[in-house]
Amino acid sequence: MTKKDKAKELFVLFLAFFKTGFFTVGGGYAMIPIIQRVIVEEKKWLTETEMIDCLAVCQALPGAIAVNAATYIGNKRNGITGAAVATIGMLMPSVICITAVVLLLGALGQSTYISGAFTAIKASACGLITVTVFDMAKKVLRKPFHWTVALLVFIAIGIFEIMAVIPIILGGTAGIVYMAVKRKKTEAGGHQ
Amino acid sequence: MKFIHLFMVFFFIGAFSFGGGIAMLPLIFQMVQKYHMLSPEKFSDLIAVSQAVPGAVAPNAATYTGIEYAGIFGGILAAFSIALPSFVIVLLVMKFMGRYRKSRIVEGIFEGMRPTVIGLISAAVVFIAGTSIYRPAPFSVELIPLGIFMVTLILSGKFKINPIIIIIVMGTAGAFLCG
Repeated sequence: MTKKDKAKELFVLFLAFFKTGFFTVGGGYAMIPIIQRVIVEEKKWLTETEMIDCLAVCQALPGAIAVNAATYIGNKRNGITGAAVATIGMLMPSVICITAVVLLLGALGQSTYISGAFTAIKASACGLITVTVFDMAKKVLRKPFHWTVALLVFIAIGIFEIMAVIPIILGGTAGIVYMAVKRKKTEAGGHQ
Repeated sequence: MKFIHLFMVFFFIGAFSFGGGIAMLPLIFQMVQKYHMLSPEKFSDLIAVSQAVPGAVAPNAATYTGIEYAGIFGGILAAFSIALPSFVIVLLVMKFMGRYRKSRIVEGIFEGMRPTVIGLISAAVVFIAGTSIYRPAPFSVELIPLGIFMVTLILSGKFKINPIIIIIVMGTAGAFLCG
Protein backbone atom coordinates (compact mmCIF):
# COMPACT_ATOMS: atom_id res chain seq x y z
CA MET A 1 0.00 0.00 0.00
CA THR A 2 1.41 3.38 -0.96
CA LYS A 3 1.62 6.29 1.42
CA LYS A 4 -1.20 8.02 -0.42
CA ASP A 5 -3.56 5.04 -0.07
CA LYS A 6 -2.72 4.81 3.58
CA ALA A 7 -3.48 8.50 4.13
CA LYS A 8 -6.74 8.13 2.24
CA GLU A 9 -7.76 5.12 4.34
CA LEU A 10 -7.04 7.03 7.55
CA PHE A 11 -9.08 9.97 6.30
CA VAL A 12 -12.04 7.67 5.59
CA LEU A 13 -11.68 6.29 9.11
CA PHE A 14 -11.60 9.80 10.56
CA LEU A 15 -14.70 10.86 8.63
CA ALA A 16 -16.66 7.76 9.65
CA PHE A 17 -16.18 8.54 13.34
CA PHE A 18 -16.57 12.27 12.90
CA LYS A 19 -19.97 11.57 11.32
CA THR A 20 -20.86 9.09 14.06
CA GLY A 21 -19.92 11.60 16.77
CA PHE A 22 -22.02 14.34 15.22
CA PHE A 23 -25.15 12.23 15.26
CA THR A 24 -24.60 10.88 18.76
CA VAL A 25 -27.06 12.96 20.75
CA GLY A 26 -28.20 12.04 24.25
CA GLY A 27 -25.29 9.92 25.41
CA GLY A 28 -22.92 7.21 24.24
CA TYR A 29 -25.65 4.64 23.67
CA ALA A 30 -27.20 6.83 20.99
CA MET A 31 -24.06 6.10 19.01
CA ILE A 32 -24.79 2.38 18.74
CA PRO A 33 -27.40 2.57 15.92
CA ILE A 34 -25.12 4.94 13.96
CA ILE A 35 -22.07 2.70 14.39
CA GLN A 36 -24.20 -0.27 13.41
CA ARG A 37 -25.21 1.53 10.20
CA VAL A 38 -21.96 3.31 9.28
CA ILE A 39 -19.31 0.83 10.49
CA VAL A 40 -21.07 -2.56 10.25
CA GLU A 41 -23.51 -2.18 7.33
CA GLU A 42 -21.93 0.49 5.10
CA LYS A 43 -18.18 0.05 5.64
CA LYS A 44 -18.34 -3.60 6.76
CA TRP A 45 -15.36 -3.05 9.07
CA LEU A 46 -16.87 -5.30 11.73
CA THR A 47 -19.38 -8.14 11.76
CA GLU A 48 -22.37 -7.77 14.06
CA THR A 49 -20.91 -10.22 16.59
CA GLU A 50 -17.59 -8.36 16.51
CA MET A 51 -19.45 -5.15 17.26
CA ILE A 52 -21.21 -6.73 20.24
CA ASP A 53 -17.81 -7.94 21.51
CA CYS A 54 -16.42 -4.45 20.96
CA LEU A 55 -19.27 -2.96 23.02
CA ALA A 56 -18.73 -5.56 25.74
CA VAL A 57 -15.05 -4.62 26.04
CA CYS A 58 -15.66 -0.87 25.78
CA GLN A 59 -18.39 -0.95 28.39
CA ALA A 60 -16.22 -2.86 30.85
CA LEU A 61 -13.34 -0.38 30.66
CA PRO A 62 -13.19 3.13 32.12
CA GLY A 63 -14.02 6.07 29.87
CA ALA A 64 -16.82 7.05 27.51
CA ILE A 65 -18.18 4.07 25.59
CA ALA A 66 -18.37 5.96 22.27
CA VAL A 67 -14.75 7.09 22.52
CA ASN A 68 -13.59 3.62 23.59
CA ALA A 69 -15.42 2.11 20.62
CA ALA A 70 -13.64 4.54 18.28
CA THR A 71 -10.26 3.55 19.74
CA TYR A 72 -11.17 -0.15 19.51
CA ILE A 73 -12.40 -0.10 15.91
CA GLY A 74 -9.65 2.28 14.75
CA ASN A 75 -7.03 -0.05 16.22
CA LYS A 76 -8.65 -3.07 14.58
CA ARG A 77 -8.59 -1.33 11.19
CA ASN A 78 -5.25 0.49 11.13
CA GLY A 79 -3.33 -0.19 14.34
CA ILE A 80 -2.36 2.56 16.78
CA THR A 81 -2.45 5.28 14.11
CA GLY A 82 -5.97 4.19 13.21
CA ALA A 83 -6.95 4.22 16.88
CA ALA A 84 -5.66 7.78 17.26
CA VAL A 85 -7.37 9.00 14.08
CA ALA A 86 -10.73 7.41 14.98
CA THR A 87 -10.59 8.70 18.56
CA ILE A 88 -9.83 12.24 17.42
CA GLY A 89 -12.67 11.93 14.89
CA MET A 90 -15.04 10.99 17.70
CA LEU A 91 -13.84 13.84 19.97
CA MET A 92 -13.98 16.61 17.35
CA PRO A 93 -17.79 16.95 17.27
CA SER A 94 -17.77 17.51 21.07
CA VAL A 95 -15.12 20.19 20.78
CA ILE A 96 -16.77 21.92 17.81
CA CYS A 97 -20.35 21.77 19.13
CA ILE A 98 -19.54 22.81 22.69
CA THR A 99 -17.38 25.67 21.46
CA ALA A 100 -20.22 26.78 19.21
CA VAL A 101 -22.72 26.57 22.06
CA VAL A 102 -20.53 28.61 24.42
CA LEU A 103 -19.62 31.23 21.83
CA LEU A 104 -22.91 31.59 19.98
CA LEU A 105 -25.63 30.79 22.45
CA GLY A 106 -24.00 31.75 25.71
CA ALA A 107 -26.16 29.16 27.41
CA LEU A 108 -28.32 26.36 26.17
CA GLY A 109 -32.01 25.94 26.79
CA GLN A 110 -32.87 29.57 26.02
CA SER A 111 -34.27 28.66 22.63
CA THR A 112 -37.45 26.57 22.64
CA TYR A 113 -36.63 25.45 19.08
CA ILE A 114 -33.33 23.96 20.14
CA SER A 115 -34.66 22.28 23.27
CA GLY A 116 -37.62 20.97 21.22
CA ALA A 117 -35.25 19.54 18.61
CA PHE A 118 -33.19 17.78 21.28
CA THR A 119 -36.24 16.32 23.01
CA ALA A 120 -37.37 14.92 19.65
CA ILE A 121 -33.90 13.56 18.85
CA LYS A 122 -33.71 11.80 22.22
CA ALA A 123 -37.16 10.27 21.75
CA SER A 124 -36.11 9.18 18.28
CA ALA A 125 -32.82 7.79 19.65
CA CYS A 126 -34.90 5.57 21.98
CA GLY A 127 -36.59 4.11 18.92
CA LEU A 128 -33.32 3.66 17.02
CA ILE A 129 -31.61 1.97 19.97
CA THR A 130 -34.63 -0.28 20.53
CA VAL A 131 -34.45 -1.50 16.93
CA THR A 132 -30.69 -2.09 17.15
CA VAL A 133 -30.83 -3.89 20.50
CA PHE A 134 -33.64 -6.06 19.17
CA ASP A 135 -31.48 -7.14 16.22
CA MET A 136 -28.55 -7.74 18.55
CA ALA A 137 -30.69 -9.75 20.96
CA LYS A 138 -31.80 -12.07 18.16
CA LYS A 139 -28.15 -12.85 17.57
CA VAL A 140 -26.95 -13.07 21.18
CA LEU A 141 -29.83 -14.49 23.25
CA ARG A 142 -29.85 -18.11 22.11
CA LYS A 143 -30.06 -20.01 25.40
CA PRO A 144 -31.96 -19.55 28.69
CA PHE A 145 -28.65 -18.54 30.31
CA HIS A 146 -28.36 -15.54 27.95
CA TRP A 147 -31.96 -14.46 28.52
CA THR A 148 -31.52 -14.67 32.29
CA VAL A 149 -28.35 -12.56 32.28
CA ALA A 150 -29.81 -9.91 29.95
CA LEU A 151 -33.01 -9.67 31.98
CA LEU A 152 -31.24 -9.45 35.35
CA VAL A 153 -28.89 -6.74 34.06
CA PHE A 154 -31.83 -4.79 32.66
CA ILE A 155 -33.72 -4.97 35.98
CA ALA A 156 -30.63 -4.14 38.05
CA ILE A 157 -29.74 -1.04 36.05
CA GLY A 158 -33.01 0.07 34.48
CA ILE A 159 -35.17 -0.31 37.59
CA PHE A 160 -32.88 -0.41 40.63
CA GLU A 161 -30.30 1.98 39.10
CA ILE A 162 -27.32 -0.05 40.26
CA MET A 163 -23.94 1.19 39.01
CA ALA A 164 -23.14 -0.44 35.66
CA VAL A 165 -19.76 -1.81 36.81
CA ILE A 166 -21.34 -4.36 39.15
CA PRO A 167 -23.52 -6.16 36.57
CA ILE A 168 -20.57 -6.09 34.13
CA ILE A 169 -18.28 -7.88 36.58
CA LEU A 170 -21.02 -10.33 37.62
CA GLY A 171 -22.00 -10.96 33.99
CA GLY A 172 -18.43 -11.83 33.02
CA THR A 173 -18.05 -14.09 36.05
CA ALA A 174 -21.36 -15.82 35.32
CA GLY A 175 -20.09 -16.50 31.80
CA ILE A 176 -16.92 -18.17 33.08
CA VAL A 177 -18.89 -20.35 35.50
CA TYR A 178 -21.51 -21.22 32.87
CA MET A 179 -18.89 -22.31 30.34
CA ALA A 180 -17.03 -24.36 32.96
CA VAL A 181 -20.22 -26.15 34.03
CA LYS A 182 -21.22 -26.78 30.42
CA ARG A 183 -17.79 -28.20 29.65
CA LYS A 184 -18.00 -30.54 32.65
CA LYS A 185 -21.43 -31.74 31.53
CA THR A 186 -20.33 -32.50 27.97
CA GLU A 187 -17.21 -34.22 29.29
CA ALA A 188 -19.29 -36.32 31.67
CA GLY A 189 -21.71 -37.06 28.82
CA GLY A 190 -18.79 -38.15 26.64
CA HIS A 191 -17.70 -40.81 29.15
CA GLN A 192 -21.04 -42.54 29.37
CA MET B 1 -0.74 26.27 35.50
CA LYS B 2 -4.43 26.15 34.63
CA PHE B 3 -3.65 23.81 31.74
CA ILE B 4 -1.72 21.38 33.93
CA HIS B 5 -4.57 21.47 36.41
CA LEU B 6 -7.12 20.72 33.66
CA PHE B 7 -5.03 17.89 32.30
CA MET B 8 -4.63 16.24 35.70
CA VAL B 9 -8.28 16.52 36.71
CA PHE B 10 -9.67 15.14 33.44
CA PHE B 11 -7.00 12.47 33.08
CA PHE B 12 -8.00 11.25 36.54
CA ILE B 13 -11.70 11.25 35.61
CA GLY B 14 -10.96 9.37 32.39
CA ALA B 15 -9.02 6.71 34.27
CA PHE B 16 -11.48 6.12 37.10
CA SER B 17 -14.97 6.56 35.71
CA PHE B 18 -16.65 3.31 34.81
CA GLY B 19 -19.95 2.71 33.08
CA GLY B 20 -19.51 5.30 30.35
CA GLY B 21 -21.47 8.42 29.47
CA ILE B 22 -24.06 9.39 32.02
CA ALA B 23 -22.48 7.19 34.70
CA MET B 24 -19.34 9.32 34.38
CA LEU B 25 -21.13 12.57 35.16
CA PRO B 26 -21.21 12.23 38.98
CA LEU B 27 -17.41 11.92 39.15
CA ILE B 28 -17.05 14.87 36.75
CA PHE B 29 -19.40 16.95 38.93
CA GLN B 30 -17.49 16.05 42.09
CA MET B 31 -14.11 16.90 40.63
CA VAL B 32 -15.26 20.13 38.98
CA GLN B 33 -16.78 21.30 42.27
CA LYS B 34 -13.87 20.18 44.39
CA TYR B 35 -11.41 22.19 42.30
CA HIS B 36 -13.78 25.14 41.74
CA MET B 37 -13.49 24.97 37.97
CA LEU B 38 -16.93 26.43 37.28
CA SER B 39 -19.07 29.10 38.90
CA PRO B 40 -22.36 27.77 40.37
CA GLU B 41 -24.50 29.06 37.49
CA LYS B 42 -22.14 27.63 34.85
CA PHE B 43 -22.17 24.39 36.79
CA SER B 44 -25.93 24.02 36.46
CA ASP B 45 -25.56 24.55 32.69
CA LEU B 46 -22.95 21.77 32.57
CA ILE B 47 -25.54 19.02 32.99
CA ALA B 48 -27.84 20.37 30.28
CA VAL B 49 -25.07 21.16 27.84
CA SER B 50 -23.29 17.80 28.11
CA GLN B 51 -26.39 15.81 27.30
CA ALA B 52 -28.10 18.02 24.76
CA VAL B 53 -25.20 18.62 22.36
CA PRO B 54 -23.91 16.13 19.77
CA GLY B 55 -20.96 14.03 20.87
CA ALA B 56 -20.22 11.64 23.72
CA VAL B 57 -21.41 12.97 27.09
CA ALA B 58 -18.11 12.83 29.00
CA PRO B 59 -16.00 14.64 26.38
CA ASN B 60 -18.81 17.21 26.10
CA ALA B 61 -18.69 17.87 29.83
CA ALA B 62 -14.88 18.02 29.71
CA THR B 63 -14.86 20.46 26.77
CA TYR B 64 -17.44 22.72 28.39
CA THR B 65 -15.55 22.87 31.69
CA GLY B 66 -12.25 23.40 29.88
CA ILE B 67 -13.55 26.31 27.81
CA GLU B 68 -15.15 28.05 30.76
CA TYR B 69 -12.06 27.48 32.89
CA ALA B 70 -9.25 28.26 30.46
CA GLY B 71 -10.58 29.21 27.02
CA ILE B 72 -10.85 27.21 23.82
CA PHE B 73 -7.47 25.52 24.20
CA GLY B 74 -8.55 24.51 27.66
CA GLY B 75 -11.60 22.86 26.08
CA ILE B 76 -9.55 20.92 23.56
CA LEU B 77 -7.04 19.90 26.22
CA ALA B 78 -9.79 18.68 28.59
CA ALA B 79 -11.45 16.61 25.83
CA PHE B 80 -8.17 14.90 24.97
CA SER B 81 -7.19 14.43 28.63
CA ILE B 82 -10.40 12.59 29.49
CA ALA B 83 -9.96 10.27 26.48
CA LEU B 84 -6.26 9.52 26.99
CA PRO B 85 -6.45 6.91 29.81
CA SER B 86 -9.06 4.79 28.04
CA PHE B 87 -7.13 5.13 24.78
CA VAL B 88 -4.12 3.43 26.36
CA ILE B 89 -6.23 0.91 28.29
CA VAL B 90 -8.27 -0.15 25.22
CA LEU B 91 -5.07 -0.73 23.20
CA LEU B 92 -3.52 -2.78 26.01
CA VAL B 93 -6.66 -4.87 26.53
CA MET B 94 -6.94 -5.58 22.80
CA LYS B 95 -3.33 -6.74 22.72
CA PHE B 96 -3.96 -9.00 25.69
CA MET B 97 -7.20 -10.32 24.17
CA GLY B 98 -5.50 -11.09 20.87
CA ARG B 99 -3.09 -13.32 22.77
CA TYR B 100 -5.65 -15.08 24.97
CA ARG B 101 -8.68 -15.04 22.66
CA LYS B 102 -8.93 -18.82 22.63
CA SER B 103 -8.48 -19.27 26.36
CA ARG B 104 -11.41 -20.68 28.33
CA ILE B 105 -11.52 -17.72 30.69
CA VAL B 106 -11.74 -15.09 27.95
CA GLU B 107 -14.28 -17.19 26.07
CA GLY B 108 -16.38 -17.47 29.22
CA ILE B 109 -16.16 -13.74 29.90
CA PHE B 110 -17.53 -12.99 26.45
CA GLU B 111 -20.26 -15.61 26.83
CA GLY B 112 -21.49 -13.68 29.89
CA MET B 113 -20.71 -10.18 28.64
CA ARG B 114 -22.68 -10.35 25.38
CA PRO B 115 -26.06 -10.76 27.07
CA THR B 116 -24.92 -8.22 29.70
CA VAL B 117 -24.48 -5.68 26.90
CA ILE B 118 -28.03 -6.38 25.69
CA GLY B 119 -29.35 -5.70 29.22
CA LEU B 120 -27.26 -2.53 29.55
CA ILE B 121 -28.41 -1.07 26.25
CA SER B 122 -32.06 -1.87 27.02
CA ALA B 123 -31.69 -0.09 30.35
CA ALA B 124 -30.18 2.90 28.53
CA VAL B 125 -33.34 3.15 26.44
CA VAL B 126 -35.40 3.47 29.62
CA PHE B 127 -33.03 6.15 30.89
CA ILE B 128 -33.10 8.25 27.70
CA ALA B 129 -36.88 7.81 27.51
CA GLY B 130 -37.04 9.33 31.01
CA THR B 131 -35.51 12.55 29.66
CA SER B 132 -37.73 12.78 26.59
CA ILE B 133 -40.78 10.52 26.35
CA TYR B 134 -41.97 10.44 29.95
CA ARG B 135 -41.32 12.28 33.22
CA PRO B 136 -40.60 9.97 36.14
CA ALA B 137 -41.96 11.96 39.11
CA PRO B 138 -44.84 12.69 38.95
CA PHE B 139 -45.26 10.21 36.12
CA SER B 140 -46.55 11.70 32.90
CA VAL B 141 -46.20 10.79 29.23
CA GLU B 142 -45.32 13.37 26.59
CA LEU B 143 -47.47 12.56 23.58
CA ILE B 144 -45.48 14.14 20.73
CA PRO B 145 -42.14 12.53 21.76
CA LEU B 146 -44.01 9.25 22.19
CA GLY B 147 -45.31 9.62 18.63
CA ILE B 148 -41.78 10.37 17.40
CA PHE B 149 -40.55 7.22 19.18
CA MET B 150 -43.21 5.06 17.47
CA VAL B 151 -42.64 6.57 14.02
CA THR B 152 -38.89 5.97 14.47
CA LEU B 153 -39.55 2.32 15.36
CA ILE B 154 -41.42 1.88 12.08
CA LEU B 155 -39.02 3.88 9.89
CA SER B 156 -35.95 2.14 11.28
CA GLY B 157 -37.29 -1.31 12.13
CA LYS B 158 -39.53 -1.89 9.13
CA PHE B 159 -38.17 0.36 6.38
CA LYS B 160 -34.48 0.31 7.45
CA ILE B 161 -34.12 4.07 6.88
CA ASN B 162 -30.66 5.45 7.68
CA PRO B 163 -30.61 6.57 11.36
CA ILE B 164 -28.82 9.79 10.43
CA ILE B 165 -31.68 10.79 8.15
CA ILE B 166 -34.21 9.87 10.84
CA ILE B 167 -32.38 12.03 13.39
CA ILE B 168 -32.29 15.03 11.04
CA VAL B 169 -35.99 14.74 10.16
CA MET B 170 -37.13 14.17 13.77
CA GLY B 171 -34.92 16.95 15.10
CA THR B 172 -36.38 19.40 12.59
CA ALA B 173 -39.92 18.29 13.37
CA GLY B 174 -39.23 18.53 17.10
CA ALA B 175 -37.97 22.11 16.82
CA PHE B 176 -41.48 23.15 15.84
CA LEU B 177 -43.60 20.52 17.61
CA CYS B 178 -41.83 19.98 20.94
CA GLY B 179 -40.74 23.55 21.71
